[in-house]
Amino acid sequence: MKTHQQIDRTARDLDPEVHESNFMGAKLKSERRYNTLHRDYDDPDQLRETAGLIKQHTLEHLDTYLEQAEASLQRNGVKVHFAMDDDAVNATVLRIMEENDAHSMVKSKSMVTEEIHMLKYLEKHGKEVIETDLGEFILQLDDDYPSHIVTPIVHKNRRGIAKTFEREKIGEDYNDDPETITRRARQYLRQKYLDADVGLTGGNFVSAESGRIALVTNEGNARFCMAANKIHIAVIGIEKLVPTDRDLGLFLNLIGRSGTGQQLTVYNQFISGPKTASQPHGPEQMHVVFVDNRRTEVLASDCREILRCIRCGACLNVCPIYRQSGGHAYRSVYPGPVGAVLSPLLAGNRFPELADLPKASSLCGACNEVCPVNIPIPDLLLRLRDKAKREGAKEAMKGTPNLGLWATLCSQPTMWKTALSMGHTMNYIPTELIPHPSAKAWQGARKLPEFQGGEFRKWFKNRN
Amino acid sequence: MSMLHTPPNRPAGKSIQLMSTCLCDAFYADVAQATVEVLEFLGCEIELPDGQTCCGQPAFNSGDWASSRKVVRHTAKVFAGEKPIVVPSGSCAAMIFHGAPLEFEKEADLPEIQALANRTWELLDFIVYGLGVTEWPGTFNAKITVHRSCHLRGSKSPEAITTLLESIEGLTVEPIDETEQCCGFGGTFAVSFPNISNSMGTLKIEKLTACKPDIVAAADMGCMMHFGGMMEKQGYPQKRMHVAQILRDSLKNSGKI
Repeated sequence: MKTHQQIDRTARDLDPEVHESNFMGAKLKSERRYNTLHRDYDDPDQLRETAGLIKQHTLEHLDTYLEQAEASLQRNGVKVHFAMDDDAVNATVLRIMEENDAHSMVKSKSMVTEEIHMLKYLEKHGKEVIETDLGEFILQLDDDYPSHIVTPIVHKNRRGIAKTFEREKIGEDYNDDPETITRRARQYLRQKYLDADVGLTGGNFVSAESGRIALVTNEGNARFCMAANKIHIAVIGIEKLVPTDRDLGLFLNLIGRSGTGQQLTVYNQFISGPKTASQPHGPEQMHVVFVDNRRTEVLASDCREILRCIRCGACLNVCPIYRQSGGHAYRSVYPGPVGAVLSPLLAGNRFPELADLPKASSLCGACNEVCPVNIPIPDLLLRLRDKAKREGAKEAMKGTPNLGLWATLCSQPTMWKTALSMGHTMNYIPTELIPHPSAKAWQGARKLPEFQGGEFRKWFKNRN
Repeated sequence: MSMLHTPPNRPAGKSIQLMSTCLCDAFYADVAQATVEVLEFLGCEIELPDGQTCCGQPAFNSGDWASSRKVVRHTAKVFAGEKPIVVPSGSCAAMIFHGAPLEFEKEADLPEIQALANRTWELLDFIVYGLGVTEWPGTFNAKITVHRSCHLRGSKSPEAITTLLESIEGLTVEPIDETEQCCGFGGTFAVSFPNISNSMGTLKIEKLTACKPDIVAAADMGCMMHFGGMMEKQGYPQKRMHVAQILRDSLKNSGKI
């Protein structure tokens, strides 16, 4: 009988080696995050709160800022497209490619393209697409998907990767030395960059004021994707706007420190449009596709704060549930605490299928404490639990005892006190034998304390 | 809104209402008793509203907000008045001052619930920041570790606990690793995610007992019921005390009560 939550079962059955890799990776990144932030700033919480306010402000005025960003981008010579859903985004990108007789694409890491399954779509339409982020490249070879927002292959080990490379004939033999693997990928990818017609990237922040796109990577692959190609397409969620260039300083200082404990990510690009007379290098054409894909629905919901997210992964790293379950347990593109809020919301009418995700939290609040934009994740998880209950989503209810009767008991003091005084019988019942699934789950690993119902009240009343 | 910031300008004063919590009512009578003895030592006059039951947290966390609101409405009725409400549990206190207003956001009686929230204190927070007590008299010879329960996050309770405990003669508080990690209780989480809860508990027990303390202390009997229950199931004879019990015993040890 499936009395436990699905994520709990995945965690139980997880390969110990994968568990170790997820766990240690997360722990290390959490420690680095803490050390870098606290070494560099007296009060990192103030930064987080400020960044949260800026993002929230932008979201509250997103219509205005989107128009401003569109105008700024156009001024810079960028073609701006808006796409409501996954099909529209994919069709837009395909159309740009076809209009330019483009057959191959190199792309850098972008969570939003994972969300809309762009790679599969373009391949289906006969285009060659190569992921150039090392992790994403390996995932593409394995037909796998990311288990972490920032470190997408943290669930893999070097031996498995070496086998993949051997199978795909990247390099002449099996070699599981990480440096060799990286060098081989680099050699393989270098020619792909040169041969490609189109370079596709995401965008971490877009300044509405200037239309400048800030893009951060640690491998420099996004830079390559743009440098060698005639066409650059940036696919960007509409929530990625910030009002001004000045704001970028704060966010770039937070994103590297929060995600990996780096003061700054290694490569920080500021992209202000295609090549011009005064800036003769770079692509001839540049397109920005702003993606909605239910973001305006989220914006209209009581969980809109989740759109502040800058995809640093700090909440995953610190989350004790993610540490035990790994990212794939969340069955969606966005795992961990942010995913537990965002994925069910982005699922639209498939919400019930992912309604158990918000349950995967002890509501400890560590995610909120590390979030660089101070998203009150536990509050949002709770609102989604309420929504799941109201909508009768079965996935969410597994393993949760029914509390209706309990609520009645708690609202009637006489019944409550009677129950307390009768509870002493519990001490004489072999509680391990109670057939209720919740009782079984509790007793499996823990002893129940001795029942002392009503004793304190008696003491308080009689002590004078 | 951010998580668990305590309400501003809460009433202090020595005439208080005690919310003894359902766990103390059912299992941990001595913790509630120690709370009374400590507060009375400080000169508090304590009212124990007879109709009190539970703070409503189990249903709130389970997403059954309709049931939870029923319990919170009952609590608001039972704890009528203006006095500070003091709770010897971080999570029950946070339920009242943070959780209840959240689940009443769209309800007509939000003002009543907000008023209840605005006078609710976790015990140690109240002693240090409500009453201004920063040194604790008495003696308690022991090396202890403290579990920082998650519902104290964002409040000043952890500071209050350290301030009080470290001022007690004979008592040493040993730091533990990864204090920010949850013990894995989480209310109904512990039964719907038993494997993860168990793994989290095992890690927490490891950290709390690494320095071989005489006592593991906490300000939340929920957490303690979970990891304490695990310790007992595993036959681990680790002594555990609520911070209020340590404060009370240090007074007793030095003949102050």
